[in-house]
Amino acid sequence: MKPGQGDVLLAEGDPAVAEDEERLIEEFRRQLDLGMWAAVPTADGPRHEATMVRDFSEIPEDTERVVFFPPAAGG
Amino acid sequence: MTLVLATSLIVLGALTVVGFGPALGERWRRRRARRAADPPPPAYDPGRERRAELRARELLGSVVSAEESAMYAELGFLALAGGNGEQGYGYLLYPHRPIVAYDTRSGELLNEYCVGFPDRSEPSPRQRLPDADDVLAKWMSLRAGERELISVANMHVPGRQVDPGQVARDLIRLRDWRARRVDAAA
Repeated sequence: MKPGQGDVLLAEGDPAVAEDEERLIEEFRRQLDLGMWAAVPTADGPRHEATMVRDFSEIPEDTERVVFFPPAAGG
Repeated sequence: MTLVLATSLIVLGALTVVGFGPALGERWRRRRARRAADPPPPAYDPGRERRAELRARELLGSVVSAEESAMYAELGFLALAGGNGEQGYGYLLYPHRPIVAYDTRSGELLNEYCVGFPDRSEPSPRQRLPDADDVLAKWMSLRAGERELISVANMHVPGRQVDPGQVARDLIRLRDWRARRVDAAA
């Protein structure tokens, strides 16, 4: 999520492919270095959830996407 | 007398240039270089915010449940159960306004949690997330780590920023909206 822009596609690929995985990990780390939070949306029937991930290895295997957004701060 | 005054002023001016000139010149050059390095502000685009909001709504719709997506589209806010869903409290998520906690049985307002998602990595921090992205960021943060988000937020008594009368009306709208959906599904 980008201020003034909405969501922007940062990287995509198949983590099973080594080249893609490397690129995805690099982008993941870059976003976290920028201070972003990373969330994995999940759905189990009608109930939808989200899980925060702090390392690429924490992303579940069947994840379709990771959403990065600025960290919360007291307003 | 006039000649002496004029001469003094000229000498004073020359001394000022000699004394402060190099420092002022350097300062001016640095300022110019800094300005040249800054990215130019984006050109005004009246449709940008609207397009961003449309994209944000699409993202919201693809992450939250169909019911929550419809709720945001029709009511302009999201209602979310707190805790494990059985503890009798919930949250109302408004775009760019504090999260409002309320008692799900009585409708009594409990607290306001002021929280924002400022992007400090952006060169223009004045821009903010589109409305639907702000609501989605609150939703994901609450779903993924309610305690963490609440601990970051500034807590206030109800009514500090969000009109309690408006919230009471929104809770009635929410109840009616849910009843209509149950009727429609039956």
